[in-house]
Amino acid sequence: MATKTPKKSTKKSSAAPKKAASRTTDKDELLGYYRDMLLIRRFEERAGQLYGMGQIAGFCHLYIGQEAVVTGCKAAMKDGDQMITGYRDHGHMLALDMDPKGVMAELTGRATGYSKGKGGSMHMFSTEKKFYGGHGIVGAQVPIGAGLAFANQYLENKAVSLAFFGDGASNQGQVYEAFNMAKLWNLPVIFVIENNQYAMGTSVQRASAETELFKRGISFEIEGKLVDGMDVLAVRDAAAEAIEHARSGKGPMILEMKTYRYRGHSMSDPAKYRSRDEVTKARDETDPIDAVKKRILTEKWASEDDLKEIDKAIKATVKDSADFAIESPEPDPSELWTDVLIEVD
Amino acid sequence: MAIDIQMPALSPTMEEGTLAKWMVKEGDTVRSGDILAEIETDKATMEVEAVDEGTIGKLLVADGAEGVKVGTVIAQLLEDGESADDLASPATSEPADRGQIKADDQGDDKPGSAGPAHPENNADDGTVEKAPAGKAVANDPDIPTNIKMISTTVRDSLRDAMAEEMRRDPTVFVMGEEVAEYQGAYKVTRELLQEFGAKRVIDTPITEHGFAGIGVGAAFGGLKPIVEFMTWNFAMQAIDHIINSAAKTLYMSGGQMRCPIVFRGPNGAASRVGAQHSQDYSSWYAHVPGLKVVAPYDAADAKGLLKAAIRDPNPVVFLEHELMYGESFDVPDMDDFIIPIGKAKVRREGKDVTITAQSRMVKFALEAAEILAEEGIDAEVIDMRTLRPLDTDTVIKSVKKTNRIVCAEEGWGQHGIGAEIAARVVAEAFDYLDAPPMRVHQKDVPLPYAANLEALSLPGTEDVVKAARAVCYK
Repeated sequence: MATKTPKKSTKKSSAAPKKAASRTTDKDELLGYYRDMLLIRRFEERAGQLYGMGQIAGFCHLYIGQEAVVTGCKAAMKDGDQMITGYRDHGHMLALDMDPKGVMAELTGRATGYSKGKGGSMHMFSTEKKFYGGHGIVGAQVPIGAGLAFANQYLENKAVSLAFFGDGASNQGQVYEAFNMAKLWNLPVIFVIENNQYAMGTSVQRASAETELFKRGISFEIEGKLVDGMDVLAVRDAAAEAIEHARSGKGPMILEMKTYRYRGHSMSDPAKYRSRDEVTKARDETDPIDAVKKRILTEKWASEDDLKEIDKAIKATVKDSADFAIESPEPDPSELWTDVLIEVD
Repeated sequence: MAIDIQMPALSPTMEEGTLAKWMVKEGDTVRSGDILAEIETDKATMEVEAVDEGTIGKLLVADGAEGVKVGTVIAQLLEDGESADDLASPATSEPADRGQIKADDQGDDKPGSAGPAHPENNADDGTVEKAPAGKAVANDPDIPTNIKMISTTVRDSLRDAMAEEMRRDPTVFVMGEEVAEYQGAYKVTRELLQEFGAKRVIDTPITEHGFAGIGVGAAFGGLKPIVEFMTWNFAMQAIDHIINSAAKTLYMSGGQMRCPIVFRGPNGAASRVGAQHSQDYSSWYAHVPGLKVVAPYDAADAKGLLKAAIRDPNPVVFLEHELMYGESFDVPDMDDFIIPIGKAKVRREGKDVTITAQSRMVKFALEAAEILAEEGIDAEVIDMRTLRPLDTDTVIKSVKKTNRIVCAEEGWGQHGIGAEIAARVVAEAFDYLDAPPMRVHQKDVPLPYAANLEALSLPGTEDVVKAARAVCYK
C-alpha cells in the first residue's frame, strides 16, 4: 500500500497557535476567567459527588478539563449572541451566568430547576441568557444553531450564534448539511468543535478519517482554525476573530478547540479506553485553570492567599447550589401534564 | 404506416392537459429530439419531443386546446413515402408512449405513466370530476352560511393560506426543496417567490435532516417557519428534528422554549411511484405528544387549517395529499378564514353506521355512503381533519347514534389511526356498539408498483362499502 501523502493546510484553514503567555490581558480579566473556570470545575466535582450519592440520576456528562473553551468563547460574545450545545452542557450554562442553583436543581430533578425538573442534565435552556440547550441527540444542535443564526440574519439583529459540538458529533451527517447551508447563506454562526479526543470511548484516531477537524469545512469554503482549547486567552482571541467575521456578514467559521476531559464520557463510564497516565499528564501539564493561576501569580495580580479566598467563595456558592438542589421539592404531580403544548384559545 | 403521436403523461398523476402551442406545422420534417409542442399541466409547462423521424402529417388538436386527455392522438407523423392522404383515423385511448418529457420544467421529478391510483373507484375511467363534498356542510360552524364560495383547487388554497399568513406576519417564511425558483415541486408555493422575495421563500439543498434542524432553530430564534418536504417520505431523514427537537423541547424546557413551526407536504400514496415514495405517516406523527397533526380533505379545510397551523405556537405536522392537489372545492370568500385545529367535521349525516376517515379517504367514504344509501344503509361520514389532538367527542357522539363504526385510512392498519379510534370507541361507548368496530386500511405490504397490485393494496370505496355492510350485518 502506498504511503499516505501528508495533507497540506490550505489558506482556508490554519493551525498556528500563538504562545499563551504573550497574549494581552489584565488583572481583572484574568481573575474573572479564573473565577469562571473554577466555578465550573467545583460545580462539576460536586455534581459528580451528588451522582454518587444518588441525588443525580440518568446521564450526567461532566465538563472538567474543558473549562477554558466555554469561558474563552463567552468572553468574546456580546449581548444578544447565543449559545447552543449538546449534552455536556453544565459549563456552558454557568459561563452564561445562569444561576448555579437552578442548574443543580435541574440535575437533581427538582421543581426549582431550569426546566422544572422535566429536562435533566442534558435538557436545560434559558432564553433570557440566550442559552438554547442542552440537546441530547449527538449533532442535532448543529443545524439548530445554524437555524438560530438564520433567524438572526432574517431579523437583522446582528447577533451571532455559537454551536458547540464534540469530535464525535463532527462525524454526523447533519453537521455537514448545516455547514453547507450556513456557508451557502453566510449565516452568522460559529461552529465550535470541542475536540476532547474521545467520542465516548472511541478516540478521534479510531473514528475519524481526517483527524484535523478544523479542516472539515474546507469543501464548504468555511475557514477553520485549530485552537489550544486549554488556553482561555487563545480561545478568547480565536472566538473574537470568528465572531467578528460572522457578525460582519462573512458567514460561518469553524474553531477546533483541542481540549481534554478528565472524567469519563458520563458518570457511568469507567474510562478503560485510556491510561491513567494519559489523564494525569494532561492534568499536570495542560490544565487550563493552573495555567491562568500561574500567570496571575507571575504577574503578581494576586497572591496565593487571594486565590484561596476566591476558591473558598466558589466552594460556598457550589455548596449553596447543592443544598438548594437537594432541599427543593420535586415537581408537583400536576406538572406531568403541563408544557406539552402551548394552549391556544 | 403513419405514427400516432399521443398526448403524453408528464407526471405520475396527470390525466389531462392543455396543448399550449405547437412548435411544428403540417409538412415539417422532424427528427428524434425535436420539440413538437408545449403542454401545460396544472403544475407546469413542458415541451414534448419527437421520438420518431418523419414528416408531420396532421395536427389533430389545435393550439390552446384545453382538457386534452392523456393518450389522445394529437398528431400523426408520416414515414418515408407516405402522404397525408394515406392517413386513416387515429386509434384512440392507447397508453401514452410516444412523447418524451424534456427535462426543462418538469412538474416533479418522478417520471411515470399516468392513470388513476384506484381504477376500481373511478367509474368514468379516469376523468377528473369534482370531488364529492358531502351533503351536510351546513353543520360546519366554521363557515357562515351567507358567504360567497369560490371553486379552488386544494393546491391553490394551500398557497393562498401561506400567502395570506406571510402578508400578515413578516416572521413567517417558507423553506424547502424547489419551493422558490421552481415554484414548488407540486406548485403549491407557486408565485410566492415573486410576491415575497428570496428572503422569505428559500430554496434549500436536498438535505432534509439539515434544513428541518435549521427550521427548528429559526423557530427557537423567533421566526415562524413553514418547512416544506417534497413528500413526507423524505421527511424520514428529518424525523429526529421533528420529534426530538421540535415536539419535545417545550416540555423539556419546562415551558420556556417555543417552537412555532409547520412541517408540510404531500403524504400517502401518489400514483405508481413505488413503496419508498408512497407511505401514509399519519399514525407516525399522531403518536407523538408535543405535535399537532392535521390531514385535511377539501380545499376549504386545507386553507383554514393551514392558516391555523401557521398561527399555532406549537409544531404542526401538516399532511397533504398529492392526488388531492388538483381537485377543486368551494372555498369561502372570506378575508380571514380559519378552521380551528382539533375539530372533526361531520361531512354527511346518517343514522345507521359511522364512517371515520381523513385526507383522501374522505372521498372514498363519501362515495361509499352514496352506494350504501342505495342499499338502504344511511351512513354518517366524519372527516377527522385533525389527528392530534383527536376529536373523540364527535366520534363517540356519532357512535351513540349509529351504534356501528368503520374507521378508514390509507395507511397500514397495525397501530394505525383506525386502531386508535376503534380503541377509544370501545373504551368510551362499548355499551352502545351493536357490532365490533371495523377498520379499512392499506394491505400489510410495502406499496407495489404494478398497477393491478397497487390497486389491490390501497383501500378504496368498495372496501369501505364492504366494511359498512359487515358492521350492519348486511
